[in-house]
Amino acid sequence: MTMQTETTHDPLVLYGETFHSRLLLGTSRYPSPAVLEAAVRTARPAMLTASLRRQTAAPQESGNRFWELLKALNVPVLPNTAGCHSIQEAITTAQMAREVFETPWIKLELIGDDYTLQPDTLNLVEAAGWLIKNGFKVLPYCTEDLVLCQRLVDVGCQAVMPWAAPIGTGKGPINPYAMRVLRERLDVPMIVDAGLGRPSHACQVMEWGFDGVLLNTAVALAQEPVVMAGAFAAATQAGRDAWRSGTMAEQDAAQPSTPVLGTPFWHAK
Amino acid sequence: MKVFINKNEHELADGATLLDAIAAIEAKPPFAAAVNTQFVSKTQYGEHRLQSGDRIDIIFPVTGG
Repeated sequence: MTMQTETTHDPLVLYGETFHSRLLLGTSRYPSPAVLEAAVRTARPAMLTASLRRQTAAPQESGNRFWELLKALNVPVLPNTAGCHSIQEAITTAQMAREVFETPWIKLELIGDDYTLQPDTLNLVEAAGWLIKNGFKVLPYCTEDLVLCQRLVDVGCQAVMPWAAPIGTGKGPINPYAMRVLRERLDVPMIVDAGLGRPSHACQVMEWGFDGVLLNTAVALAQEPVVMAGAFAAATQAGRDAWRSGTMAEQDAAQPSTPVLGTPFWHAK
Repeated sequence: MKVFINKNEHELADGATLLDAIAAIEAKPPFAAAVNTQFVSKTQYGEHRLQSGDRIDIIFPVTGG
């Protein structure tokens, strides 16, 4: 029997572009650039996230090393606007990212609360709308709020990225009901971004019908990041395959899977 | 005149452009720039005249999530 490569027949499509994987991977917090590189080569993600910062202590060298690694990996880059707290900051950062990374893709992060890193849902839509009008392909990091996601779609976002839980917590989906309703109600690609800690979390949201996952810390801070990268890639695809296959209906009563007819022994009832 | 480049104070000649500010910190590509939180395209560096007190951000690619 030949197993089909599902990604060949079921690609992730964002803004009309096709991606071979449903896993998007962050590049931060790895023990070393070598480990990051090995993790990426193992996971083979659709996109890699990156950011922009001012110079720090050994800036040019480390910056250039990362730049060279990005070029060598040859994976599409998704720059982010991490750390932005206002619409203007997010727009300016997106413009700078477009010039540096030579890409219209932007992961729009607009933080409203520093403790939870919860998105500023009141300003996110306006920022997204401006960026869409100015040629960006916006992937907004948002909460699982249905109406917010609908408004993001209304201003032109062709995909949204609801969180599963606050960034870096690894808690997994903390509001399964809202996420499942969101999936049911909104018909655009949705990538679960942030809060996933285990491959089973990724598999779970993919089983619910989400289109992809974006994660960083869960791989970078694993004891074996390279192995974990592979585990997340496999779990993400497993969840997708499961969703496409249609899971059986759950029921309370046990039913034998082996035929009962012709059982060779007598049982006392 | 006094300007701030990545939060550090610098003294530049009157009439200096953004290109002069970039040279002052010896920034090497790839980078992007903004003045007073407004993006300035690299095609405009030589034409963008700075004013005293301008806040200039020159930022570089880094890892991110």
